[in-house]
Amino acid sequence: MKNVIDIQHLSKSFGNNEVLKDINFSVKKGEVVCIIGSSGSGKSTLLRCINLLEKPNGGKIFYNGKNILDAEHNIYEHRTKLGMVFQQFNLFNNHNVLNNCTVGQTKVLGRSNDEAEKTAMKYLEVVGMGQYINAKPSQLSGGQKQRVAIARALSMEPDVMLFDEPTSSLDPEMVGEVLRVMKELAGSGLTMLVVTHEMEFAKEVSDRVVFMDEGVIAEEGSPEQIFNNPKEERTKEFLKRILKEM
Amino acid sequence: MEIKWLVRIWTRYWPMFIRGAGVTLYISIISTIIGAAIGLAIGVIHTIPLPEKGARRVFLKVVNGVLSAYIEFFRGTPMIVQAMVIYFGSAVSFGIHIDRMFAALLIVSINTGAYMSEVVRGGIISIDRGQFEAAHAIGMNHVQTMINVVLPQVIRNILPATGNEFVINIKDTYVLNIISVTELFFQTKSIAGNNFRYAEAFFITSIIYFIMTFTVTRILRIFERKLDGPANYDMLGNQMQVQKPESMLGKDGGLVGRA
Ligand SMILES: Nc1ncnc2c1ncn2[C@@H]1O[C@H](COP(=O)(O)OP(=O)(O)O)[C@@H](O)[C@H]1O
Ligand SMILES: [Mg+2]
Repeated sequence: MKNVIDIQHLSKSFGNNEVLKDINFSVKKGEVVCIIGSSGSGKSTLLRCINLLEKPNGGKIFYNGKNILDAEHNIYEHRTKLGMVFQQFNLFNNHNVLNNCTVGQTKVLGRSNDEAEKTAMKYLEVVGMGQYINAKPSQLSGGQKQRVAIARALSMEPDVMLFDEPTSSLDPEMVGEVLRVMKELAGSGLTMLVVTHEMEFAKEVSDRVVFMDEGVIAEEGSPEQIFNNPKEERTKEFLKRILKEM
Repeated sequence: MEIKWLVRIWTRYWPMFIRGAGVTLYISIISTIIGAAIGLAIGVIHTIPLPEKGARRVFLKVVNGVLSAYIEFFRGTPMIVQAMVIYFGSAVSFGIHIDRMFAALLIVSINTGAYMSEVVRGGIISIDRGQFEAAHAIGMNHVQTMINVVLPQVIRNILPATGNEFVINIKDTYVLNIISVTELFFQTKSIAGNNFRYAEAFFITSIIYFIMTFTVTRILRIFERKLDGPANYDMLGNQMQVQKPESMLGKDGGLVGRA
C-alpha cells in the first residue's frame, strides 16, 4: 500500500524550545497508528503539523506524494482531507449538533444543505448521536460531545482522521463509549492516527505503535513488539510507569 | 411645580414632545446599529493574526495604528466638543455645510463605534482558542471562521453591552442640542422657554426619557432570552434502530475516505 502521509526530517521549535527533532515517519492508507509517549514529548505538535495548525520549521511532509509545505500548496483544501478530533472536543458553541456537522460541508466543501444533512445524519448514526441533532453542545455530556466531534470530522469525509487524546478529558465512565466508536472506525478501514494514553485500546486496534520521547520517535513497531518486547530503555520505562498508573 | 401646568403643557405641546422623543430614538437606534457594525469591523481587523513578515504585516500594523488612534481620540474627548468641531469645523475648514441630522448620526455612530470596538475585541479574545482551531481544522479561513463560528458567539456575548450603549445613547443625544438638532432636550428647552415653566416641562421630559430607556432595556432582555433558545432539546424518535451502526460502516464505502 502507498503512503498517505510521509514525513521527512520534520522539525518544529517554539522559540528556543525544540519540540520536534528530525521526525521521520509515514502512514499507509488504511493503517491505524497509535502514538504514545509522556506529556510534553511533542505528540500533539506532530499531529498539528500534519494538518498545518502548526507551521513546521524544517523538513517535508508529503501528503499523497505532494509536499504540503510548498508555498503554493492550499492549506485550507489540505485540511478538509484530514479530520481532527481534539482532547477538548471544541464543538461550535453557536451551532446545534446537526449544524456542527453540516457547517463545514456547506461553507467549505460547497455541498447543498440536503446533501450535507444526509451526510451528517449518516455519521451521527454511526457514533450513536442521531437522536440528539437539536441539542446544543452545552446540553451534552463529555462523551456525547466527543462522539459529535467525531461525526463532525467524518462528515467532511476525510482521507485520514487525526485524534489527539480524544478520551483524556472524559470522566472514566464515558471513555468506553468513545473508544467503542473509534474501534468501529478502525475496523472499517479508515486511516487513523491516534495519540492516546489508552494502552489497551492501542494494543487492540493499532497496526503500528509509535513511541515518542522528547521530540523524537524513540521506537516504533507492531503493538506486540512495543508492548511485549520493547527494545529501547526509555520505552520500557514509560510503559512501566504508565501501566502502574492504570 | 404645579399639576395644572403639567397638564396644560402636556395637552398643548405633546406633539412636540413626541416628535422630540422620536428624533432621540431615531438617532440612538441608527447610531447604535452603525456603531456596533463599526465596532465589529474594527474588532475583526484588530484580531487578524499578524503575518511574520512582508508588506501585509506592515499594512496591517498601519491600519491597526490608525484605528487605535481613532478609538483613543473619540473615547478621550467629550461628545459635545466633538459635535462642535465636526459641525462647525466642516463648514469653516472645508466649506461644506453638513446637514444637522447627518452630523448628529455621524457623531453618535463614531462614538459608539469607538466604544464598541473595545467591547468586540474583548468578546473575540474571550472566545476559546479551540473554537478557532476546530474551524481551521475543517478548512475554514479567517473570514469563514469569523462569520460562521466566532462572530455569532461574540454578538451574543456583546448584546448586553450593546443594549447598555443604546440606553446611554438615548440619554446622551441631548448634547446634540448644541448644534440645534431637534431631539427631545432641544424641544423641551423651546417649550419651557415659551412658557417660563422649566420644572414642569423637564419633569414631563424626564418621564419620557425613563419610559424609553426602561422599555428598551426590557425588550433587549426578552430578545436575549429568545436568542438563547429553549433550555431543553427534543430527542428524535428512535427511528434508526432498524439499522445497526456497524452495518453502515465500510460496506458502502462511506467511511473509507475519498481517496
Ligand atoms: N503553542 C505553543 N507555544 C509554545 N510552546 C508550545 C506550544 N505548544 C506546545 N508547546 C510546547 O511543546 C512541547 C510539546 O508539546 P505537545 O506537542 O503538546 O506535547 P504532548 O502532546 O506530547 O503532550 C511542550 O514542551 C509544550 O510546552
Ligand atoms: Mg498533547
